[in-house]
Amino acid sequence: MKIITGSDLRTGDVIWWTGEGWSRHVNDAVEAGEHAEAIIARENAKQIVTDTQVIEATVTDDGVRPAHIKDRIRALGPTVRLDLSLKPADPAAGNWVI
Amino acid sequence: MYQYDSYDQSMVDARVAEFRDQVERRLAGDITEDQFKPLRLKNGLYLQLHAYMLRVAVPYGTLNSRQMRMLGDIADKYDRGYGHFTTRQNIQYNWIKLEDAPDILADLASVEMHAIQTSGNCIRNTTSDQFAGAAADELVDPRPYAELLRQWSTFHPEFDYLPRKFKIAIIGSETDRAAMKLHDIGIQLVKNDAGEIGCRFYVGGGMGRTPMIAPVIGDFVSPLQMVSYAEACLRVYNRYGRRDNKYKARIKILVHEIGADEYRRQVEEEFAHILTLGLEPPAAELERIKGFFEQPGFAAGASDELDLSDPDFALWVDQNVHAHKQPGYAIVNISLKPTGGIPGDATADQIRLMADLALAHSFDELRVTHAQNIVLPHVKKADLYGLWQKLDEAGLAAANLDLIGDIIACPGLDYCALANARSIPVAQKISNRFADLGRQRELGELKLKISGCINACGHHHAGHIGILGVDRKGVENYQLLLGGCEGADTSLGTITGPGFNEDGIVDAVEKATDVYLAQRAEGERFVDTYRRIGMAPFKEAIYAKEPVNG
Amino acid sequence: MVEQNLRYRSDEPVSDPAVTVDAFADQSNATAVRIEPGDDARALLPHLDRIALVEVNFPAYTDGRGYSAARILREHGYAGELRAVGDVLLDQLSHMRRCGFDSFAPDQAISSEAAEKAFATWPDVYQKTVDGRPAIWAKRHPA
Repeated sequence: MKIITGSDLRTGDVIWWTGEGWSRHVNDAVEAGEHAEAIIARENAKQIVTDTQVIEATVTDDGVRPAHIKDRIRALGPTVRLDLSLKPADPAAGNWVI
Repeated sequence: MYQYDSYDQSMVDARVAEFRDQVERRLAGDITEDQFKPLRLKNGLYLQLHAYMLRVAVPYGTLNSRQMRMLGDIADKYDRGYGHFTTRQNIQYNWIKLEDAPDILADLASVEMHAIQTSGNCIRNTTSDQFAGAAADELVDPRPYAELLRQWSTFHPEFDYLPRKFKIAIIGSETDRAAMKLHDIGIQLVKNDAGEIGCRFYVGGGMGRTPMIAPVIGDFVSPLQMVSYAEACLRVYNRYGRRDNKYKARIKILVHEIGADEYRRQVEEEFAHILTLGLEPPAAELERIKGFFEQPGFAAGASDELDLSDPDFALWVDQNVHAHKQPGYAIVNISLKPTGGIPGDATADQIRLMADLALAHSFDELRVTHAQNIVLPHVKKADLYGLWQKLDEAGLAAANLDLIGDIIACPGLDYCALANARSIPVAQKISNRFADLGRQRELGELKLKISGCINACGHHHAGHIGILGVDRKGVENYQLLLGGCEGADTSLGTITGPGFNEDGIVDAVEKATDVYLAQRAEGERFVDTYRRIGMAPFKEAIYAKEPVNG
Repeated sequence: MVEQNLRYRSDEPVSDPAVTVDAFADQSNATAVRIEPGDDARALLPHLDRIALVEVNFPAYTDGRGYSAARILREHGYAGELRAVGDVLLDQLSHMRRCGFDSFAPDQAISSEAAEKAFATWPDVYQKTVDGRPAIWAKRHPA
């Protein structure tokens, strides 16, 4: 599937397009569909998101899994500081990235 | 150290106002991201994997306790409680919000600090020797010259849109502790036969995709023409550096392609012209700046005695404490490489502790090294034990300076949008594998450097052992290099062969150290043995097929 | 000819079209020339006395070669109009002025109020260039 991701313009938070808005959780990401470029142009113009792109992902039992390791790290947080990631309570969270 | 006068202060204040206005215009949509990006980069603000990253300049790696304390407070107030010291003597914060950035710059300006030109295609922070003003082998303190270069390069109107970034290092001793020949411009202050100080300009060094050692371009430039000569070097680069290919845009490519002799000829021509323009600050300005770098008021008759009965203290003294030119004093190296830790990271509390220790014990001065450690340059030997105990309590007393545990690593794919592989987990695994200090000391001086991509921010080309992370079809892979070295005998590492996965690279490093231990001659460091016996024995051991267990 | 809207000279603007550096060499009556990033500004040095307008093109604002071209011309005594044209943005104006530009013809219009504010960004300057402003070191050590 193709999903849309970017960074919150003001905070730099990694965000994912949910179909209606932006979420910090990759599992909320939806199939971008054929209007991805139009969505990106419209959302960029609102000055809330930057560095917006369409990326590849698959749906797994764990949820949405970006195809590239870099985007998986973006989705989780630094594997070496899980306490600062979106899964601070899960010591094995880094394994999902590999 | 240097203190701003009202002119310097007004310049950083004006920069804060300019950037605040630029951020407002960006948030309002008055300028596009493409137009805004170079502007924020010139204030050290990157958009990285998880948030904005701010790179704060520590000019020639020198700061005082008030500044250091502010760096700790910024980590708490605007970031997530820690900072990362870099291979260019700067500090980085990883969790910055764009909307906070102008306030952070204002806080920095209040203690004479800034993030000016720490990124972007402009002249970056001029780095120097972390032992400047303290080491016994110093010919002349390079920092006043570095300060002159800092001011000359700040908001330079002609060189704000260079083909690519530009990094300058300056040293004042034969021993090169700043990797000077691996910079775009490296300046060594030397003395000629007449006893005069001059600047030897090396131009065209660098790492990254095409590492090169800089050739000498200006053999002996008068210090009172240093700025004019630098101006000539930059102008030739700005006019003729390649702009067609981002990976061929550094000055090292220009010098290599037209040849050092032709580049020198062009520089000399431009230099002759520039000398007619009166651009050089007067001698009085250099003297004024030198006034800030006079020797601190050392206590005469301070004792050289040291009680080494505490074995852990003794190990730390042996490894991390360097001789000072003043009797009774010592140079303290604080390792930011605890076993299994993240190289170069320090918590806000640790940063503030180091600030307090500097104020109490080091004439209110600290240095950041390009090996991502901290130096207290002027500590009374009588104070060492108490100081060490405080460092030990705070996890800052790893006695591993220049040993294999003293790993240099870039942030890598855990943080950096440019990376191809993670570097920190590799550093942690190697650190844990070699956790035993006795084993590290047995191996001796071994500079291990890890980069998560070809941009080489971890300086892997200059590592006795270097590791380069690559992306192999979406999977992290690591190449091993051997035989790199900084300093007077600068050399670039050679790749051993096919790459490894994360566990494999740790094993490969261990095998390389085993070969060294088996083959070394008396007094040889790892890199000396490598230079003597060559790659073949290492390659054989590293790639030997494991015996199949029956 | 690109329409200019920011000009900081009191003389009359030149109305001749600007010719390329190559063409200029062949045209003894041309008074306006246009420098591209790859041109060598020094090629014009023998002819400065008959040039009334030099346009320096910035096809992309990230290409900084025009700053050197401008400064070199001024350093050699060029006193005519020196105009930055093309991808010239508000945030480059003050540095361009310091390099000797005295008029601007940006692709995207810039208001004169915004330009005036941009020129006032720096209360002082660290470097001596061609704009006549004393460097901070000169103020610290008056002759």
